[in-house]
Amino acid sequence: MPNPNTLTIDSKRKKPRKLENHTQKQSTRWRTASEQQIYSSKLVDALRQVRSNPTSTPDVRLPASARAIRDAADRALAFTAKGRTRWSRAILTNRLKLRLLKKKKKPRIINCSTKKPGTGCNRLKLPALQRRVRVLGNMVPGCRKLSFPLLLEETTDYIAALEMQVRTMAALAELLTSSSSASRLTTSMPG
Amino acid sequence: MSTRRSRSSQSGSSRNNISDDQISELVSKLQQLLPELQNRRSNKVSSAMVLQETCNYIRSLHREVEDLSERLSELLATTDTTSAQAAIIRSLLM
Repeated sequence: MPNPNTLTIDSKRKKPRKLENHTQKQSTRWRTASEQQIYSSKLVDALRQVRSNPTSTPDVRLPASARAIRDAADRALAFTAKGRTRWSRAILTNRLKLRLLKKKKKPRIINCSTKKPGTGCNRLKLPALQRRVRVLGNMVPGCRKLSFPLLLEETTDYIAALEMQVRTMAALAELLTSSSSASRLTTSMPG
Repeated sequence: MSTRRSRSSQSGSSRNNISDDQISELVSKLQQLLPELQNRRSNKVSSAMVLQETCNYIRSLHREVEDLSERLSELLATTDTTSAQAAIIRSLLM
């Protein structure tokens, strides 16, 4: 029976190499079963804390409890990244800022093209590309001011991490669904 | 404007080092991650398209996480604590 501790040691054995290889290792890292298990155990811990301490943060899209879960899942994801990427560090610092300042979320409308008539640093890029890059930078946490190659590197890792987050949460939901139906069957049966 | 200040604080190396070839190479690497564009050949898909698909994909992933969070919050509210945790621990150890 695999011990969670040995799985952690296995994932730490991957030594960082050159930048490109490191990026590859980072992206494929999220797809390994061991990373998913690490993340799911962190997620369960975070969810347990959410249950005991219900927050009352109002949000337009999600009810309070769901938002707390989403925040806990993002935090757990950022922890699992072990601080190697900018987006994970940004998530962890942003949570603190949001609690102190109650910052409003930026709208997703592309409104930066009017401010930037192509006189930016990268004169080689077309305006359409520039717009898309700016939008992408807004979506990955903490990566608004990054140069293009760094932004793509962060995006690569971020997408892989998000996919793992979705897989893990879906698996957890399935697990809870099946276990709750099972327990309902056993409790409803006459003893 | 704050955007001007942020632009000036951007790394100066990005002004000189990025060539068009580099951009297309990075964009093609990104294209391989996207589930929708993996089948198409790279010369049929423009860089702007790849970036837009990337943004759409990230948005859809965020949406999935939010939906799963809602579902999990409902599940956690209704299920029995001990049986749920036992099931989770069992699955983590296997």
